[in-house]
Amino acid sequence: MGLAIAAVFLPLIGAAIAGLFGRVLGQRVAPLVTVAAMGTSAALGIITFIDVTFGGNPGKAFLFDWISSGTFQAAWAFRIDELTGVMMFVVTVVSFLVHVYSLGYMAHDEHKPRFFAYLSLFTFFMLALITADNLLQLYFGWEGVGLASYLLIGFWYKRPSANAAAIKAFVVNRVGDFGFGLGILAIYLSFGSIEYDVIFAKAPELAGQTFHFLSGEFDILEVSCILLFIGAMGKSAQFLLHTWLPDAMEGPTPVSALIHAATMVTAGVFMVARCSPLFEYAPTALSVVTFFGATTAIFAATIALTQNDIKRVIAYSTCSQLGYMFFACGVSAYQAGIFHLTTHAFFKALLFLGAGSVIHAMSNEQDMRRMGGIWKLIPLTYILMWIGNLALAGVPFFSGFFSKDIILESAFAAHTGLGEYAFWLGIIAAALTAFYSWRLLIMTFHGKPRADHHTMEHVHESPWVMTVPLIVLAIGAIVTGYLLLPMVGEHGGVFGASILVLEHHNALEAAHHSPFWVKALPTIMAVLGIGAAYFLYMARPDLPAKLAKALRPLYLFSFNKWYFDELYDFLFVRPAKYLGVGLWKRGDGGLIDGVGPDGIAGAAWTIAQRAVRLQTGYLYHYAFAMLVGVAAIVTWYLFASSP
Amino acid sequence: MSGWPILSTITFLPLVGIFFLVLIRGDAATVARNSRQVALWISIVTFALSLVLIGEFDTANPGYQFVEKAPWLPEFGISYHLGVDGISLFFLVLTTFLTPICIIASWESIQNRVREYMIAFLAMQVLVVGVFCALDFVMFYIFFEGQLIPMFLIIGVWGGERRVYSAFKFFLYTLVGSVLFLLAILYMYLQVGTTDIPTITAHEFGREAQIWLWLALFASFAVKLPMWPFHTWLPDAHVEAPTAGSVILAGILLKMGGYGFIRFSLPMLPEASDYFTPLVFSLSVVAIIYTSLVALMQEDMKKLIAYSSVAHMGIVTIGIFTFTQQGIEGGIFQMLSHGIVSAALFLCVGVVYDRVHTRQIAAYGGLVHRMPVYAAVFMVFTLASVGLPGTGGFVGEFLTVVGAFAVNSWVATTALIGIILGAAYMLWLYRRVIFGELTKENLKSITDLNWREVGVFVPLIGLALFMGLYPKPILDVLHASVVHLMTQTQLARVVSPAALELAGQVPMLAAKQ
Repeated sequence: MGLAIAAVFLPLIGAAIAGLFGRVLGQRVAPLVTVAAMGTSAALGIITFIDVTFGGNPGKAFLFDWISSGTFQAAWAFRIDELTGVMMFVVTVVSFLVHVYSLGYMAHDEHKPRFFAYLSLFTFFMLALITADNLLQLYFGWEGVGLASYLLIGFWYKRPSANAAAIKAFVVNRVGDFGFGLGILAIYLSFGSIEYDVIFAKAPELAGQTFHFLSGEFDILEVSCILLFIGAMGKSAQFLLHTWLPDAMEGPTPVSALIHAATMVTAGVFMVARCSPLFEYAPTALSVVTFFGATTAIFAATIALTQNDIKRVIAYSTCSQLGYMFFACGVSAYQAGIFHLTTHAFFKALLFLGAGSVIHAMSNEQDMRRMGGIWKLIPLTYILMWIGNLALAGVPFFSGFFSKDIILESAFAAHTGLGEYAFWLGIIAAALTAFYSWRLLIMTFHGKPRADHHTMEHVHESPWVMTVPLIVLAIGAIVTGYLLLPMVGEHGGVFGASILVLEHHNALEAAHHSPFWVKALPTIMAVLGIGAAYFLYMARPDLPAKLAKALRPLYLFSFNKWYFDELYDFLFVRPAKYLGVGLWKRGDGGLIDGVGPDGIAGAAWTIAQRAVRLQTGYLYHYAFAMLVGVAAIVTWYLFASSP
Repeated sequence: MSGWPILSTITFLPLVGIFFLVLIRGDAATVARNSRQVALWISIVTFALSLVLIGEFDTANPGYQFVEKAPWLPEFGISYHLGVDGISLFFLVLTTFLTPICIIASWESIQNRVREYMIAFLAMQVLVVGVFCALDFVMFYIFFEGQLIPMFLIIGVWGGERRVYSAFKFFLYTLVGSVLFLLAILYMYLQVGTTDIPTITAHEFGREAQIWLWLALFASFAVKLPMWPFHTWLPDAHVEAPTAGSVILAGILLKMGGYGFIRFSLPMLPEASDYFTPLVFSLSVVAIIYTSLVALMQEDMKKLIAYSSVAHMGIVTIGIFTFTQQGIEGGIFQMLSHGIVSAALFLCVGVVYDRVHTRQIAAYGGLVHRMPVYAAVFMVFTLASVGLPGTGGFVGEFLTVVGAFAVNSWVATTALIGIILGAAYMLWLYRRVIFGELTKENLKSITDLNWREVGVFVPLIGLALFMGLYPKPILDVLHASVVHLMTQTQLARVVSPAALELAGQVPMLAAKQ
């Protein structure tokens, strides 16, 4: 327990030192301090993972009271159980590797101490999120990682696009948090607590009961879980609340790898798995999760097909893979979702950092249309990107193969309408995934060089400080699938009591017995996708343009990301600004001030003008008015004082 | 502290400072220098004394503590009566804390009539502290209305270009409320025969009378707070006020409205408070959404923060009128944390105003390149303002919506929508002022915070974080008095069974609307 808690606070200490004393310590030392703290934290994280998750040794620790008012109690407390152990492993290890990689990637940046401070601060909040023992502390970490994400997306604050993306990320996440916040309130109101142990124990009792929410009577658990899931949709960039994630690529690439691929965006999946004892009693909410997960999986994949920015392709791919994790949770195969979360963290961090290595080599070029023909120049990066894509596409024996297969099999084995929906969309998305992955590989590395001479002359392999973390991640992308297979083993895998699955929901158990064609289909689809990409971009490079022309409406729909940005601008941003100006100028300025103070002042002026005319100069007029006044006051006094 | 009249000492100590200020002789520069020193030291000593109150305060005692009572005009039932309970204690400390901050913040920016300026501030402190510990209506009224005069002068003499219009608008609004408030006090006095606040609180007024009295008090408190649609004086007053004036205005004067609701409307007029709850909720919800949208489009930094204050005060009134422990404590906590955070935000505006002499957002941009420390400080308070967990803003907002959700989930839902908008307008403001390229010529030589300014911000940052991470010491002081307040409101409510249901502690299931 002590070690795990030390792992949580070490990054905070590193962040504080680098952030507050960065200028004193200097450009070289400040980053190293955070790397050292993070390295220690990662070592402790691995120990915790082995001890708690595989050793089955969960524990809890109470620090001190946070907010207490009447029956509302929230404490600063830690819960290190099997689920936390897995997350701790992922977060600390990937974060450490990204820290090391950043030493090279950010070497020429003048704000290194600030960058590393933010990165470590993020890690602290993420660890606080996964070790929380109640919903409010989860919310603390949740908002904290949002803050770190905001700061890091906008890290290059000179760029207007980076600033806009940072605000967009924060505000869209707040929309999700609006649901999350209401969910916490609904749970507190119904359960009388927000502490995990209490609410999880009470869930069976409250299943099926209703409460009054807004204007109707609703099932407590269904409403609470759907509200919580709205929070997860924001953080994990699910369909409808996804718009911030692609824009978040404005941040430095290590940030995209750590926050917007491996860890923060998976917080939603973690939250659903953590709250499995609630979701299990909320079948409608689970259906909602399945629907949004499956829809996101296919929706994001269709967009990734046509994007030209290397990081945006990977970002949409992340969105799509998160969809897989969610529909796994939706069919009660939480373990499979967390398993995919783990493998994905490695191969997606690898892909992002690999893309960073390419961008680094190409003098900060991100557009794949101006790449190509560089595979011989940066062979190590090339091989590592292959490994990442093989894992992503789910090619056998790479990690993604194990985790994606078990998800699709679970969806199939759930034998529900939405399970089928998720299965088939997931299968199609698997083909699309393989297609856009190889499109990315071929456009980036093969064909004729499309960059100018100047750039091509400077193409070089990254320094070891960047490639070593990549190699470690690549090893992870190969072996985690097989090594961590016990996570989806019999009887709830290694998760013990930290994930609850009701007997009749056991899709994961059934998945092990699915027919052969279900097990084989994802691999077939992956091979088909790779083949199609090879044919279109390698064998017949003239075809994609023709295809885009022939299917122009479809192409534009995908290329413009289903027009979501335009739609939201029209639906929310413009009306808000229009209303803001209207209420200010017409409401405050015209109506309230016009009738109120300015109106009264004006009226007083008019009355004064008239009163001047009343001043007749005759004494008795004044005397009369005075007497009337005195009489009125006396009368009132008598009335008031009489018993 | 037996026997020693500590509340009187704290309240009237600044008068000693004023006395010395008047005595200062010499040329203009000497007078200015000495005035600053005298005012600063007196305010610091007062603050230190108020810390003694926190140390000596008994959190288990729900009643008034450090009570001083002496007959003043016994034939009229008027007495000199001071005391604080858990509700007023921290408002008093907030006042004594912000006054030295204001004096340091005005150190260089006020060069004109320094002595008079300091006298106005110390006088203001006397009157505001008096408001929070007066337990007699006559005293309360004198303090409550008296503070208008120094504020009026601060805006009118040391304010910006349109200062006269703003000062009069401020005065006009508050005056209307004051007159009705005075009538209400007169009526209560004639009914009860004394102006002693605890005695009047124990008196039960008839339903009809409660409704009229409530409206009269509402007129005064709703303007002070301010609630929509009585808020338009606030942006104007802030814009024209000098920085320290805005700090006191936002940090403390607004809270007197909320304090009034808690101290008078709820316990004295519980039936009417219950009756008018829908009105308060409606106005608060409108305030949150309306002023957040308006804040989004502001072009003047101070106006933007002023509008955000109105939205935050909307949260406060929602909390108070939930009649739940969480709601009321959340409302009080929100006022305290807003007192710190909005004060700090106005100080942030003051920092760049002192250097560039404009409050137009468009005149800034890219300040982070020249002012990294300032950017970091401004960021902390921006985040505290949007209610990020871990800052004081979160605790109050969250407890408020906990209370609101139990009573009416619509109200809680709309309040949360306001929190989304809050993030939008604050971050957009921050981006336009701090981020981007530094292109404007007059900003290229701007200097970062000096030591004096850092010294002003450090305690404020410390408090904002402390209140967010460990609010327990503050909440512990509130508990006993708030529970006592709730029993007071409920006792009077036995007459109306419908209201009793509403006032219950958070119902476990099936919350009633």
